Amino acid sequence: MISLKKVTILVNNKTILKDFNYEFDENKVYALMGPNGSGKSTLAYTIAGHPSYVVKNGEIKFRHRSINNLTADKRAKKGIFLSFQSPLSLNGISVFQLLRLALSGKEEPLAIKRKIDRIAKQLKIKRELLSRPLNEGASGGEKKKLELLQAAVLNPKFLIFDEIDTGVDIDALKTISKFLDRFKNKRTMILITHYNRILKHIKPDKVLVIKNGQLVKEGDFTLPQRIEKNGYEKI
Amino acid sequence: MKKSNLDFEYGYGFSMPENNIFKTKKGISESVIRQISKIKNEPLWMKNFRLKALKEFFKKPMPVWGADLSEIDFKDIFYYIKPNKSVKSSWEDLPKEIKETYDRIGVPEAEKNFLAGVSAQYESEVVYKSIQKELTGQGVIFCDMDTAVKKYPDLVRKYFSTVVSLYDNKFASLNSSVWSGGSFVYIPKNVKVSLPLQAYFRINAKNFGQFERTLIIAEENSFCHYIEGCTAPIYTTSSLHAAVVEIILKKGSRVRYTTVQNWSKNVYNLVTKRAKVLDNAVMEWVDCNIGSKVTMKYPSCYLAGEGARGEVLSIAYSGSSQHQDAGAKMIHLAANTTSRIVSKSVSKDGGRTSYRGLVQISPGAKNSKAYVSCDALIIDEKSRSDTYPDMRIKERETDVQHEATVEKLGEEKLFYLASRGIARVEAEGLLVNGFIEPITKEIPLEYTIELNRLINLEMAGSVG
Repeated sequence: MISLKKVTILVNNKTILKDFNYEFDENKVYALMGPNGSGKSTLAYTIAGHPSYVVKNGEIKFRHRSINNLTADKRAKKGIFLSFQSPLSLNGISVFQLLRLALSGKEEPLAIKRKIDRIAKQLKIKRELLSRPLNEGASGGEKKKLELLQAAVLNPKFLIFDEIDTGVDIDALKTISKFLDRFKNKRTMILITHYNRILKHIKPDKVLVIKNGQLVKEGDFTLPQRIEKNGYEKI
Repeated sequence: MKKSNLDFEYGYGFSMPENNIFKTKKGISESVIRQISKIKNEPLWMKNFRLKALKEFFKKPMPVWGADLSEIDFKDIFYYIKPNKSVKSSWEDLPKEIKETYDRIGVPEAEKNFLAGVSAQYESEVVYKSIQKELTGQGVIFCDMDTAVKKYPDLVRKYFSTVVSLYDNKFASLNSSVWSGGSFVYIPKNVKVSLPLQAYFRINAKNFGQFERTLIIAEENSFCHYIEGCTAPIYTTSSLHAAVVEIILKKGSRVRYTTVQNWSKNVYNLVTKRAKVLDNAVMEWVDCNIGSKVTMKYPSCYLAGEGARGEVLSIAYSGSSQHQDAGAKMIHLAANTTSRIVSKSVSKDGGRTSYRGLVQISPGAKNSKAYVSCDALIIDEKSRSDTYPDMRIKERETDVQHEATVEKLGEEKLFYLASRGIARVEAEGLLVNGFIEPITKEIPLEYTIELNRLINLEMAGSVG
């Protein structure tokens, strides 16, 4: 679905990912782990097309076509979605306004509104949060739920969730995991995480570990348990 | 939106052939003033008022602060154009090109849907006027200023020029000498006009100066919402708009005055707007400046009665070659008065915005509260924003707060929106609309839509 071939990424002229190779298959769930600063978020931003993440070498392909030269919005339109680790709040813009613009010409505003209401209910998002500016005054868990809500309305094929389980209380985590487990059907997902707890709800097909900008280990769902026990040092 | 993005220039920049029935010759002089007064068949006091103001206009130097006005050539302007014979109360009775103009701007449509009364000024005169019958029955007056001078001489003489004197500033003097058109609004005691009254100002001719004069009198415990909109064709030469607006709010009344200023980018917009606010009355100015080449406008509240409240919500948008020098003045003259100024400005493509404001707490205005917040958003490196807040606090027992922020459009926010599939131009428009949302939510929905659309067009037009 998405392949990275010998990808080297510079941020402010500093190499963060080096000669990174991997191919993410269709309809699979990946867990992406690694110590802080290892390059997990960089990989996410790179695939999503953040302008500060410069592809120095290599090629990124989505469904066998290079997306190196596509801006982030065009990648999103092709079906790539990034759920942010710390979503910003947007002054004066509600989630509905954002999604209406994102889907303009594709879906009717009324249909979008209905979808938002339906999914918000499933995610147990408080109603007043929907009319407020996005993420304003929202708790950690609510922010992550709003990311998931956007994902569900936009209906992408390839999704990266950057620490959707961080800063989230137990009840919210349960709601999020349950939703994700149903949502993963016919999609490719990368879950960037530090913890095994979310992976107990959504069993990953593969677990990748990166360190210093390189892929150091690939395993199955038992790998996170070992990491949790022994740390990254022993891998 | 897609379509208009492609062909955007300025949606109201079209012009119609000039079929006016009278036009003074270019330039300003005593004989031009006498001519205007004569054609209006005015009482002597008004003629004398005009002549006095003219002397004052000649005497006063150009303001040296604020925006650059050095290119205004007072000799190269037509000061009075009469477009047709009389004020009509049916759109059908208007000359074809005037009717078409308002159709294209959408005024008759708006009138049908959500207005209590409409006045439309074309060049120097009001050409169309209507008001709901039941309002007339309640004693509400809504007519053009010229008619008011003749029909309600006592009211006009009592209040005219009592809030903005002919000596106030050079452009108030100019307006006082050549004024024509504008609205006269009288709301009797305890009458609340729930739907807005709308005035629409259109400049069509080249090198023209529009100088309307508006006077609103709100008697005790009354309410009205007055909205004005303005547009003009695009010409390479400049036009001048110098209006005077005076509002008198009696005890316990409330007036909201909303402006959506969208002049073409060859218009100098130099306007004096002031309200005298008596006991427990509430004056609200909602001032949106999107168009014009230069705007200098500082809606003011003279909080003269105990417990009076004044509010200014101001939006300014400056694109290429525009300078919006806008703000507000709050003069606290009595005890327990409160004021609030919220200003949001956006500059882009080398445009310049300035917030200029004055809060004055006079001796004796005990327990007064004033709050000022001005936020500037600068879209690119070429653009500029300045803040000139002036606070004169002459009383100890007061509470004055001032907040100011300047921000740049954040790349991280743009990336966030891009990751949802929103292209850069649209994302910028969305963020700008979000930035001004605290003010646009105060405006009637129809105008919010229009304002958001205008800003989206401005944002897109400059890129494409």
